[in-house]
Amino acid sequence: MASIEIRNLRKTFGKVVAVNEVSLSMTDGEFVALLGPSGCGKTTTLRMISGLEMPDSGSIHINGKDVTSLPPRSRDVAMVFQDYALYPHMTILDNIGYPLKVRGAPHNELKEQVTSVANNLQIGGLLARRPGQLSGGQQQRVAVARAVVHHAQVFLFDEPLSNLDAKLRLEARAFLKHLQREVGITAVYVTHDQAEAMALADKIVVMKDGSIMQAGTPLEIYRHPVNTFVASFIGNPPMNLLPCEINGGSIYVQTGDSPQAMSAAGLRLPAALAKGSQFTLGVRPEHIRVLTEPAADSIKGTLYVTQTLGGEALVIVRVGEQLITIRLFEDEAPPLPNEVYLSFDADHLFFFGPDGQVLR
Amino acid sequence: MQKAILSRELSLLFLAPALVFIALFLLYPFFSIIQMSFTNQTLVGANAINPQNVGFQNYVELFNTKDWMRQGEMGHSLWLTVQFVIGSALIGQAMLGLGIATAFNNRKGLLREIVFTLAIAAWIIPDVVVAFAWFAYLDPEGTLNMMLQAIGIQPLDWLFDYPMFSIILFNTWRGTAFSMLLFSSALASIPPSYMETADVIGASPWQKFRDILLPLLRRYIATDLILITLWTFNTFTPFLLTGGGPINRTNVISIYTYSVGLRFFEFGKASAIAVVVMLINLVLASIYLFVSRNQQGKTA
Amino acid sequence: MKSPMQRILLTGFTVILAVFFVTPLLWFVFAPFNPQASLSVTIPQSPSLANFEEVLSNEMAMRGLLQNSVIIGIGTMVGTSLIAALAAYGISRGTLPGRKILTYVLILFSSVVSGTASMVPIFKLIYDLGLIDTHIGVILVMIGGSIPSAIFIMQDFVESVPRSYEEAAMVAGASPLQIFRDVTFPVMRPGVLVVGIWVLVGAWGSFLTPFILLRNIKLMPASVTFFLFYDLESGMPQIRLISAYAVLYTIPVLLLYLLINWRYGFRFFGGIKQ
Repeated sequence: MASIEIRNLRKTFGKVVAVNEVSLSMTDGEFVALLGPSGCGKTTTLRMISGLEMPDSGSIHINGKDVTSLPPRSRDVAMVFQDYALYPHMTILDNIGYPLKVRGAPHNELKEQVTSVANNLQIGGLLARRPGQLSGGQQQRVAVARAVVHHAQVFLFDEPLSNLDAKLRLEARAFLKHLQREVGITAVYVTHDQAEAMALADKIVVMKDGSIMQAGTPLEIYRHPVNTFVASFIGNPPMNLLPCEINGGSIYVQTGDSPQAMSAAGLRLPAALAKGSQFTLGVRPEHIRVLTEPAADSIKGTLYVTQTLGGEALVIVRVGEQLITIRLFEDEAPPLPNEVYLSFDADHLFFFGPDGQVLR
Repeated sequence: MQKAILSRELSLLFLAPALVFIALFLLYPFFSIIQMSFTNQTLVGANAINPQNVGFQNYVELFNTKDWMRQGEMGHSLWLTVQFVIGSALIGQAMLGLGIATAFNNRKGLLREIVFTLAIAAWIIPDVVVAFAWFAYLDPEGTLNMMLQAIGIQPLDWLFDYPMFSIILFNTWRGTAFSMLLFSSALASIPPSYMETADVIGASPWQKFRDILLPLLRRYIATDLILITLWTFNTFTPFLLTGGGPINRTNVISIYTYSVGLRFFEFGKASAIAVVVMLINLVLASIYLFVSRNQQGKTA
Repeated sequence: MKSPMQRILLTGFTVILAVFFVTPLLWFVFAPFNPQASLSVTIPQSPSLANFEEVLSNEMAMRGLLQNSVIIGIGTMVGTSLIAALAAYGISRGTLPGRKILTYVLILFSSVVSGTASMVPIFKLIYDLGLIDTHIGVILVMIGGSIPSAIFIMQDFVESVPRSYEEAAMVAGASPLQIFRDVTFPVMRPGVLVVGIWVLVGAWGSFLTPFILLRNIKLMPASVTFFLFYDLESGMPQIRLISAYAVLYTIPVLLLYLLINWRYGFRFFGGIKQ
């Protein structure tokens, strides 16, 4: 187990800046998720921690030791790859034991350790087989076992669940979370799936275009997104973002040709809002009520579609040129007229400035 | 963006054994041929021990305009080579190979196995054996004439009366397997859904070939054509059938080089021929590189 | 098989192709078993193994086939596969400038330099190395000639090994040589085998190099020892013996190649498959 300290990490590929001045610190035993869309620099950051890529500038310290220029084998890290990278010509025993073998472990000791790890991960019965004979979920566990077996200080996961189908992914997610609690590993976990990051991580680092947008606990990020990017990336379905203008006691929602007025009374407007009149209003799908009659604080829309998901239902309403998603915690979407009115929960509104940053 | 796994020093280390062989058996002969082409070196006589530098004399002799196209001279030999390459490589091997590959695309079974096995056998059997086989095949009393007689055609002395046709037929038979295998593995890499979509739309077999397969195969066709052109240009095997004759009628460039160098032992002149051949090959290979790079740019 | 018409067309095409490819070889089906064989295809009156017996009792010819051809073939195969695998790995996973163009240049070189003209400098080189009339001299020249194409083909196999395999080994703590030995080489083994057999077949059939570099009949491979079955006085080939020897000489490599081709398929993409 170890702490990791990353300072001003920068990496370019040709003219493309993949990672731009990234700084990050992780404490011992922390499980950190690097979250972002593809091309945001999360995988490059991970590969620099592993030593597979060398940064152009900046430094990486593991347990206080500068490892920036060390090759992977001198860093004492373990990594689980997206495609698992299990060797087709080796048995599962040899695959899991390979990190021990290259460290010169005697064969019987290797076998003992591999067996114990494999039993722990419930793949003890597969040791004589080859990767091709295993299911995706089993291969995933073997890849984890190979990372666990030599007790590295740091675990690196590169989208390890993206090759699994939805059901297996949920199982594997629970399994990884359990493993992390049990072994208490320090881990960096790259994913583009916000639910996975929320479920697994102690800390989420949201990245975009090579830079860190926000870092914090899952709840912090969910409750207090610092900008529209984070706000729309976290939560499923994503937060609705509406261009608005404030004028006197009313908010004008500008989603179409003609702005719709909505009373601002009862809203806790951020102090910064008074200065500028343009802003973006953010509201999560679960914080909108659908009315059949207009109210002072409602806006009008036309019903686009309803989706019954079982346990919850989604109502999608067109307001001007924009679609707004509403999430209802009911088994079935209620019958609705074509014309509906939306009212936002005043306690759960987000206000973002023209630059996309949250207004306080 | 792919990351290099080896440092420059390490990758040189992995390359080192190959580089030694390349230096000894490719670069050294290459430069020594160039050097020898400017001398009058022979196997025996005074010029064997003390070859004189003769400048471009060998080249001047090769391109001597008076004799240039006479039988047994350079120009005539090049003309024969062009016939041989176009007939056996471009028309014979490439077309037949593409035809077989297309006909058996996405098919399994006995017919495919028979054709592929026989074509590969023709490709794999050693030169010496193949030469005897074809000698017997084209003999006035050989298999080909027996078959022709069976359908009422008079027997012919193929190697004597139709020597160029004979070696073209031979080289087509010999080399078709390469193009066939290259094209069939290229075709196998085309997703079946492409052809199925065309089926659903209602395209005819010819339309499917012209509109879908041919454009997708373009890069492979370029690779194939240039490789088999280079190989056919330099192949020496026809010598085993005709020895370049009768009266130089199959004296293709590789046989011409051989007879100047190893039959008449005029090493200087033979080297000059080899240099000219290298330049021709260089032009052909450049076309290949140009075409395949352009195609890569288009599809990337 | 979509329609009966297509089926008939394909069968017809197959028959024509089969006739085209097989008839030149028919002679080998009959002549070896015919003690009176000539160049024409005749079904033997009294088929016998007499030709084979005579060939098998020729000590020099059998030595050429069973010993010299095997040594030269295997030596060239092992040498080329190993050196080409290392080189292909170095090119594919390294950062050498111009590495994309390198193999093309080599192919061009080899197709030119392997011509008859280069036999003079190669003879001189082997002579200067003191390797005239040795198997090792022949093997070295053959390795030199086959390395460029072997690297060319092998590169496709290296590229087909996922980089994450090697990266996983790096993170696990393996050195570059360990990675090559434990991971890359075993994963690309089918490729090494395909290239190896291809090289073996080439070396087995090669005539010019051993013919020029060997003097001692005891060292000559089967491709050269065919001349043992030429009549000493007339210089004419003894057709019946040559046909039998050719069969013994050809069958092993032909079967080997077909086996490998059937098992692994043909995998030449010439570096164009991305």
